[in-house]
Amino acid sequence: MTNNKTGQPPEAVIEVRGLCNRFGQHSVHENLDMDVRRGEILGVVGGSGSGKSVLLRSIVGLLRPSAGRVTMLHKELQTLTPAERAQLERRIGVLFQQGALFSSLTVLENIALPLIEHARLSRRDATHVAAVKLALTGLPASAGNLYPADLSGGMIKRAALARALALDPDILFLDEPTAGLDPIGAAAFDQLLLTLRDAFNLTVFMVTHDLDTLYTTCDRIAVLSQKKVLVADTLEVVAATQDDWIQEYFHGPRGRAAAVADALVRGTTPT
Amino acid sequence: MWEAVKCRYNAAMTHLPAQQDLVLQADASLHLQGDWTLPRYKLLSRASLEDAGVVRSLDASRLTGLDTAGAALLVKLLGAESLQRLAPTAIGLSEERRALLLAVASAMLARGAEPKARRWRLGDALADVGATVISGWHNLLQFLGFLGLTLLVLASLLPKPWRWRYTALVAQMQQAGLNAVPIVALLNFLVGAVVAFLGATVLAEFGATIYTVDLVGYAFMREMGVLLAAIMLAGRTASAYTAQIGSMKVNEEIDALRVQGLDPIELLVIPRVLALLIMLPILSFVAILAGMLGGAMVAVLSLDISPARFLGIVQEIPLKHLYLGMSKAPLFAVMIALIGCLEGFKVKGSAESVGEHTTSAVVQSIFVVILLDALAALFFMQMDW
Repeated sequence: MTNNKTGQPPEAVIEVRGLCNRFGQHSVHENLDMDVRRGEILGVVGGSGSGKSVLLRSIVGLLRPSAGRVTMLHKELQTLTPAERAQLERRIGVLFQQGALFSSLTVLENIALPLIEHARLSRRDATHVAAVKLALTGLPASAGNLYPADLSGGMIKRAALARALALDPDILFLDEPTAGLDPIGAAAFDQLLLTLRDAFNLTVFMVTHDLDTLYTTCDRIAVLSQKKVLVADTLEVVAATQDDWIQEYFHGPRGRAAAVADALVRGTTPT
Repeated sequence: MWEAVKCRYNAAMTHLPAQQDLVLQADASLHLQGDWTLPRYKLLSRASLEDAGVVRSLDASRLTGLDTAGAALLVKLLGAESLQRLAPTAIGLSEERRALLLAVASAMLARGAEPKARRWRLGDALADVGATVISGWHNLLQFLGFLGLTLLVLASLLPKPWRWRYTALVAQMQQAGLNAVPIVALLNFLVGAVVAFLGATVLAEFGATIYTVDLVGYAFMREMGVLLAAIMLAGRTASAYTAQIGSMKVNEEIDALRVQGLDPIELLVIPRVLALLIMLPILSFVAILAGMLGGAMVAVLSLDISPARFLGIVQEIPLKHLYLGMSKAPLFAVMIALIGCLEGFKVKGSAESVGEHTTSAVVQSIFVVILLDALAALFFMQMDW
């Protein structure tokens, strides 16, 4: 943790306690506990179907959990009045897996929408701020006037990130942010994430499969397996955990390659 | 109010009270103060510098907050290049904020020039008219091409009964035909009653109330039954076809079919066209019966014509009128189904496009149905049928 100067772990901005999610007979989470601390980048990994996206959806309130409690910024989303809830939702940004850009608006309008609706900026001001966010995510100015249908997969990801960042949220939720980006774009995304985190003390909850992103950006990694969080700790601790899936994940061919690459960059020996 | 007042500054003022957000000192150093964040963007954006070029250094020691909105404003005030030049040497700027300013400045420099928006010119209206005419012509050609393609696929399928898709056909028949029976019957029943009332009102003046039965009979057999059924299907089924095929197009399902060597026309269009071809004549017949039932109800209840008398008069109507009316049904069915499917294939990649083409499918098919009905009426009259 870069911002942990006192030695105490920073306060948790998201607390998940005893979360259960069931769909009919099928149970995805059983008694899941999890903390996300202020200013950290938490990577959430797990096999396909282990409920990573479901966890994200229950934290941001798109899914009412079957049981359990989710507290975000000391407030419990499911018990709030609509007004309080909208207030809280302004402080989070979500990047959906497929981008979920509004297809009837241009890219700039997509980003400007929350600025106009929530921050009550004029259209001109909102467009200017939106253009800056767009530039931050590495899209050229000419992309601003395109419609989402005209964008490539990687550009959609960037535009959606710019929209998630529109209101300078406290917590950023990312669902597979680097999937579909080319390696150069993915590396730039990692750097961007670190810059933003350092500048705003942003907390990031990131569902990812990109091992390079895990190595480069994440302060802690939470492994979702057997319907709960198996382990949530620094990369070294997680990678050393005795579990078949974790060993396969971090010490399989791709895991080793990412570790070597990371070690080369940092000038250390791979773990 | 006070906030608004204190934010009016300008570069010429050199010695200013400490509460200001942006102060240009005499030594050409720019002092940033207070929160440069999104909630205060409106207030901050009133700030202006007459000449950003004179700023030689940046002092941020009294800056209490900065986010990308604030950074965006600085880019607007100073320009990305000046900001990139000033940020590394700025006094009292924390490393994180320096990194943010530099990231924003370099991103703005890297993003390239803003594309110039074209202004509207007088000739544009004329060009729009031309474009509409040309696209109408292209639509017609496209429709004829699609019709030909469908007929070709249909002809190639005829000798291969093992490739006929009965399940898809029956499913479409149920959705487009069977499920539409109640609404088509109800609609025609009501219109039949209305026509009978109308006829009774006009004909009573001539003491010819009894001809109301003929009016309802002729109207529904020749025109109303098939027309109302076709309009109903144009609204109900053409839109469904467009939405179904359009969503598949958005989802790249059509492309997936093609690369697997499957013909979307054979799989999607043929069953839909055939389903309507079978069901619209049946629905038209239902519509005719329902319309005459509506007429009969009015005749019996308010015109004192007994059911037996009503049936007797109906029996005297030559059967050719029924055939003439029903002969239009297959034509309408093919047009409705093809327009619905073709509009679906025209959808391009977004939810909005699906909506646009669904609307267009309904409008086009209702227009075509009424146009063809009018042409058929003219033709039948000229032929003395």
